[in-house]
Amino acid sequence: MVKQILAAPDGPPSDVEDIKERSDYLRGTLKEVMLDRISAGIPDDDNRLMKHHGSYLQDDRDVRNERQKQKLEPAYQFMLRVRMPGGVSTPSQWLVMDDLADKYGNGTLKLTTRETFQMHGILKWNMKKTIQEINGALLDTIAACGDVNRNVMCTSNPYQSEIHAEVYEWSKKLSDDLLPRTRAYHEIWLDEEKVAGTPDVEEEVEPMYGPLYLPRKFKIGIAVPPSNDIDVFSQDLGFIAVIEDDKLVGFNVAIGGGMGMSHGDTSTYPQLAKVIGFCQPDKLYEVAEKVITIQRDYGNRSVRKNARFKYTVDRLGLDTVKEELENRLGWSLEEAKPYQFDHNGDRYGWVKGVKGKWHLTLFVEGGRIADFDNYKLKTGLREIAKIHTGDFRLTSNQNLIIGNVSTQKKKKINELVEEYRLTDGQQFSALRRSSMACVALPTCGLAMAEAERYLPTLVDKIDEIIEANGLQNKEITIRMTGCPNGCARHALGEIGFIGKAPGKYNMYLGAAFDGSRLSKMYRENIGEVEILNELRQILPRYAKEREDGEHFGDFVIRAGIIKATTDGTNFHD
Amino acid sequence: MQLQVLNSPFNQEQAELLNRLLPTLTESQKVWLSGFLAASQSVSPASASIDTPVAQTVEQPSQKTTQEISKEVTILYGSQTGNAQGLAKKAAAKLEEQDFQVSVLSMNDFKPNNLKKVKNLLILVSTHGEGDPPDNALSFHEFLHGRRAPKLEDLHFSVLSLGDSSYEFFCETGKQFDQRLEELGGTRLYPRFDCDLDFDEPAAEWLDGVVSSLSEAQGEIEAQSGSASPDHITATQVTESVYSRTNPFKAEVLENLNINGRGSNKETRHLELSLEGSGLSFKPGDSLGIYPENDPELVQMLLETLNWSPEQTVTINKQGDIRSLKEALISYYEITVLTKPLLQKVADLSNHEDLRALLAKGNEEQLKAYIDGRDLLDLVRDFGPWGSSAQEFVSILRKMPSRLYSIASSLAANPDEVHLTIGAVRYDAHGRERKGVASILCAERLQPGDTLPVYIQHNDNFALPENPETPIIMVGPGTGVAPFRSFMQEREEVGAEGKSWMFFGDQHFVTDFLYQTEWQQWLKDGVLTKMDVAFSRDTDQKVYVQHRMLEQSQELFAWLQEGAVVYICGDEKNMAHDVHNTLIEIIEKEGSMSREQAEQYLADMQQQKRYQRDVY
Repeated sequence: MVKQILAAPDGPPSDVEDIKERSDYLRGTLKEVMLDRISAGIPDDDNRLMKHHGSYLQDDRDVRNERQKQKLEPAYQFMLRVRMPGGVSTPSQWLVMDDLADKYGNGTLKLTTRETFQMHGILKWNMKKTIQEINGALLDTIAACGDVNRNVMCTSNPYQSEIHAEVYEWSKKLSDDLLPRTRAYHEIWLDEEKVAGTPDVEEEVEPMYGPLYLPRKFKIGIAVPPSNDIDVFSQDLGFIAVIEDDKLVGFNVAIGGGMGMSHGDTSTYPQLAKVIGFCQPDKLYEVAEKVITIQRDYGNRSVRKNARFKYTVDRLGLDTVKEELENRLGWSLEEAKPYQFDHNGDRYGWVKGVKGKWHLTLFVEGGRIADFDNYKLKTGLREIAKIHTGDFRLTSNQNLIIGNVSTQKKKKINELVEEYRLTDGQQFSALRRSSMACVALPTCGLAMAEAERYLPTLVDKIDEIIEANGLQNKEITIRMTGCPNGCARHALGEIGFIGKAPGKYNMYLGAAFDGSRLSKMYRENIGEVEILNELRQILPRYAKEREDGEHFGDFVIRAGIIKATTDGTNFHD
Repeated sequence: MQLQVLNSPFNQEQAELLNRLLPTLTESQKVWLSGFLAASQSVSPASASIDTPVAQTVEQPSQKTTQEISKEVTILYGSQTGNAQGLAKKAAAKLEEQDFQVSVLSMNDFKPNNLKKVKNLLILVSTHGEGDPPDNALSFHEFLHGRRAPKLEDLHFSVLSLGDSSYEFFCETGKQFDQRLEELGGTRLYPRFDCDLDFDEPAAEWLDGVVSSLSEAQGEIEAQSGSASPDHITATQVTESVYSRTNPFKAEVLENLNINGRGSNKETRHLELSLEGSGLSFKPGDSLGIYPENDPELVQMLLETLNWSPEQTVTINKQGDIRSLKEALISYYEITVLTKPLLQKVADLSNHEDLRALLAKGNEEQLKAYIDGRDLLDLVRDFGPWGSSAQEFVSILRKMPSRLYSIASSLAANPDEVHLTIGAVRYDAHGRERKGVASILCAERLQPGDTLPVYIQHNDNFALPENPETPIIMVGPGTGVAPFRSFMQEREEVGAEGKSWMFFGDQHFVTDFLYQTEWQQWLKDGVLTKMDVAFSRDTDQKVYVQHRMLEQSQELFAWLQEGAVVYICGDEKNMAHDVHNTLIEIIEKEGSMSREQAEQYLADMQQQKRYQRDVY
């Protein structure tokens, strides 16, 4: 067999590659432009670098056009994302975030689909103070966005707490060890003095990433079966915990997943990661590091929309990448172990875990922590944080677990839950409990349509169909994103929507309930009336014709309503 | 472009021959050919191989489009995702290779009043949502489709539209631009191309077509003697106007908007008025006088209190002009301000005891306190009514005075227009909401299309230095910003080389940075050298313009030593006073002078017209 010579695609480097190269390890002119008083914004180049510091510039799109007429610049503001591996926060960290949201943000917190906090609406002159206060709470925002390894996720499974604790420690270790090594963040935000002199060898600054970092973002998640809450197959690099006799024996390794695509460009598509083998727990970091260096060396640095690792894997071939990985490791992966997922949603309400500790999973619609007119969610959670001695776990479905509650404390916390009527979603349809939406308008610059602000209203209307057909207790995952980049993992929702224009969505069906199969486009560019008309046809059929235990995503395929997507490469077929 | 007898100087046979030949030519052949034709024309026009009909037709007015094809090409893009922008840059590079002078701009960055000067215009624009222009094309799109779009008979243009055919209104924005430019009299250089998501090829084809159309036309024009460049519009052609304070011009409102962002405590109106046909002219620093109308609601309350029929007539002046009472109170008399003489006359007419007491000697303080913040309605409620008739009632009222506003635009930059910056005045006093007459007229009632009686008030004490190289320092917080917008527009238009430094302040950065995007653009273009801003309610410390001046006292003094002129505009009571003291402080400190010397320094500046104020 002739050995394939591996190479990155030809072509001139994209603009972002240039920016990174000129940036002196992510410094750019950020320090200076943050001080400029004439604009609340920063130049595009610095904004690209800013992402690597966990933030980027947005503007309030609700007022963009009117402000343009008023001769005012866009209402610029920063989004700030915390790096919080596994989504675990202490009560004191919760209180800091709660306070910062009011002091410098828009008064709300977003629980993201990658298990972390996001704040919106921070003005330029408040950024440094905000980051310093986050740092004071022993959290940071390094590499929460940008062309690096992002926040590492893990299953927030309160059923198996000892395994969870162990897996959480692994995800934290991965996140910490894969951080960029540049001191740019500490210099710009934390007033660290720049060390004089540049190291002679570039590798000394960024031994793994190098001066250009990765071609694109890189996501890692660890799932603990039977829960696939983190959608392990949507990750660039997914690990599936293998448990034997209640012991963590290692991880199956899956590579090459990712949700994003561009409308109208079939060379871009969502893809699922594929399992290539198994490794012992102590090999986890080594595997991750080597996979990342393969993407660093062979990823597409010319065309950003084809730069995710999934395209590298599909271009080079899964076997080739596995072979290259094993070459770099100097040893071979073991054969993958069997595993079984049965859902990717959350399990709500109080449950008792090991060591007599309790866990309460609350339903947080759209992941938005705010004080609404008749639902003081933010205040309620603040009151809980004040007395809570366990932890908070942000789930990958934008929900919240109040974890590790002693029997003693459970009563007090339950009193607060009742006082503020904090909900585990039981009064809602299972559809709503299984819903997920990205931020979209007004702050996301990529959004073409509403998502978080609209999905609840759409679900209200779908609920009428659901109720009429007796499907209130049937979990059907429904996910909406404002653009095709897929922050809410729309291609893994049994009902998925991607925004195309205000009020218009592409509608997707046929994803698997356990996150093991992508959806396929069912209707293009339709509005609410058409969406509801379609569901008025399909949901009654599901109610009547489904087989025992058959999930909606499987049913629509068996019923011939949509063809199955067997691989990302045939997503558009 | 398909040549025909009608659209070209060629006869049927020539046109056919050319139509057969031209599409077969490569790019370099076309360039060579155009160069060849141009050279042979200019070297020896008499012996040129081109027939006389060419020369004849070129001279005909109907062919003047060909004559005026210029080497300057303006490329404007409207881009949401960057595709149109990328293509625009590509087009620019390609045209520059062919020695065209190209300026490529986002539609947002293009000043619409320059449109008339553009000869060759390429538009690359995407469509998004349901047939909407991209954000950075919105204002230009609106301008072009609005009442102020100029005639564009000299314009050659071509449009490339990007879109997504899965949308109902595919390439709608490009289509609209194309159609509108034609309606305005422009000539199409090359037909519009509508591109789907897969735009690269059609876009390249379009660009080739545009380049060869431009080159063809270029070949012809270079054969002719160089065309005269249009005269630069000069700022202040001083011409006599029949309109004056006593004979105000009814200026049409072109634009009237609140330029404070949502959530602001303030409301500042930006007004654009048409002076077309008035013959009025002004210099930066001049003011505009406005004759406002009273609030009809206030007049209504007054009429109800008086219990006179709104429709009965009164004579309003010596000429014997007659108006209904309501109309007279709305537009002819002042009803919002009380004066001592007025109260005196009322007392004479009504014999009201309390009023007489108020006016008695020794009660000056009480009188002042009464007058302050009260209006005619208060007076009628407290001491009225007076007079036996409506005629008697109004005969003692003052005629409505005009209001002066510093002009916020330059005539050179916006011919036939005048812009104003007016802060809306609203406050509560004596148990009732009070409203500024002119500012609330603008804020609540005046619509585009309405007219406003105006005149020019020249102000020689607040003018740009004659030498455009003299540095200027401008201090204009709040609506004090107005004349400096005019200064900047003028300096930009005349290409003044002198340094300039602006100090602006208001309450909040996000909502109150008046004309923010314009300042940013002037800074970017170097028209403005430096800008410092102070927002008093964004932080715990109240920061004002004078604090920013102090922070930079060394550099500011250096500018003064270089001969800079300092201008202050805005609130007199607090701001102008504080800034004045700060200037003395800076001169004292940086010039190592005594307080007296510093005061003298500033007085000398004033003497030399280097310290000018327009404060109110």
